This record gives sequence, structure tokens and C-alpha cells, in this order.
Amino acid sequence: MAVIGRPKVRGPKKPVAAGTVVTIKTLIKHPMESGRRKNKDTGELIPAHYIDTVEVEYGGKVVIKTKWTGGISKNPYFSFSVRATASGPVKVTWKDNKGGSFSSSADLKVS
Amino acid sequence: MSQTNNTSLTRRGFIRGAGVAGVACVAAGTTVVRPAHASPADEIIAQEFGAGSASEGAVDIKTKPKAENGALVKIPVSIDHPMEAGNYIAKAGVIVDSNPKPLVASFEFEPEAGKVQFEVRIKMAKSSNIRVVAKTNSGKLLMGKTHIEVAEGGCLA
Repeated sequence: MAVIGRPKVRGPKKPVAAGTVVTIKTLIKHPMESGRRKNKDTGELIPAHYIDTVEVEYGGKVVIKTKWTGGISKNPYFSFSVRATASGPVKVTWKDNKGGSFSSSADLKVS
Repeated sequence: MSQTNNTSLTRRGFIRGAGVAGVACVAAGTTVVRPAHASPADEIIAQEFGAGSASEGAVDIKTKPKAENGALVKIPVSIDHPMEAGNYIAKAGVIVDSNPKPLVASFEFEPEAGKVQFEVRIKMAKSSNIRVVAKTNSGKLLMGKTHIEVAEGGCLA
């Protein structure tokens, strides 16, 4: 069984000035099976198992909400921007179509 | 001497083979793309973002024109539009025209995002047009377009 999970969220390590738009990078281990691939030995379809939503929470508010499909590559990388306004965590939550939920956060320091 | 001949022959043979495969790819691509007026991708865009003409220019898709591995194609997107309360990008979607499910990913943004700049990595079975459609909070549509050639391995998938 492939590893699933190990969510990672990385932001700038050093404090940034308030108002700066920072890039946050995320990575998670996930097979992202679309449900269209066949098992080469048995010819049976491999059941769909993919992350369908990702949410980014910062400053007590969901700032980015995404809907994904099995068309996203496995072990998906995702980067995005947020405007740094106050020190605090940028929390990312991934959910898959089988009820799996993973989350991790990066601490943003605003000087 | 004969050895050099041999290598040049195999190389020629290889190039010819690659050429044929390349043509097959392009042919497959055009047959899918041809019904552009009401392709599944267009229908999905109309469904998700509403009909209307989209202005181009603000949406920048910084992909490389050729992808070696169809299982992992980087799609970095940057949209040149303010993100302030009352005037921001509310939604964006990555559409791969030739995929069975063209809308690979969609995103909803709040002004706090600061800038719409994101990167995802997608699967592509074959060369295709990629579109990124975005909608502002007032309903204005923006679009960026590019074409990605997927190297031979992707064709067989």
C-alpha cells in the first residue's frame, strides 16, 4: 500500500512585512487514482481514490477553496499566495473521496 | 566504418519511427479538438463560469510548451488582477480540452489571497489545449490559453 498523507506546508521562514504577498508550497502523498486506470494483471479497474477538496485557512477564514479531480498528478504539489496581515498559521486541509482528511500548517511571522 | 553506417541507419530508423508516432499524436489531437463549438470542455466552462466572452491577456499560464511526462505536467498560473474587497478574482479553473474530465481543478478565492498565483501538476493523456478561466466577483470572465505537447509516452496512456 502506497503511503498516503504526510502533508507538508512551507512558507517563508523569516518574518515578512505586513501586506506582503507570500507564496506557500504544499505537498502530500496520495495515489490520486482517477478510477479509469486498469490493473495490468487482472484487467480490473482500480477504484477511484483522489483528493477532491483542498482548503486554505488563514486569519480564521477560508481564503482558498479548491475542487480537484483524478486529473491531478499523484503525490500532488500545490502552491498558492496569501497576503500576510498578521502572524499565525496558514492551515491547509486535504480531503479525499474516501473520507480521508489530512492537514498541516505553516507559521507565518509578520514583523 | 561499417559500425558508423550501422549507427546512422538505426538513428534514421529511430527518427522515422518517432516521426510516425508524432503524426499519429497530432491526428488524434485534431479529431478530438475539431468540434470546438460545443466540445465537452466548452460546455463545462459555460456551466461552471457562465456563458459570455472572456477577455484574454491577464491570465498567464507559464507552462513549458512540451511536457516529457504526461503523468506530471506543471501548470503554474498567475492572474494579473487586483485582489481587494469588492474587486477580486472569485473563481478559477484549469481546463484540459482533451481530458475525459476537462475541468481538472477549480479554485475559489477570497481577497485575502493577495494575488492569484498558484501551481498544480496535472495528468495529460495526450497533447492538448489548456485553458485557465477565471471569474471576478462581478462576473467578468478572464481566460488564458496555451497548448502543451506531450511526449510520446503520454500518447499511449
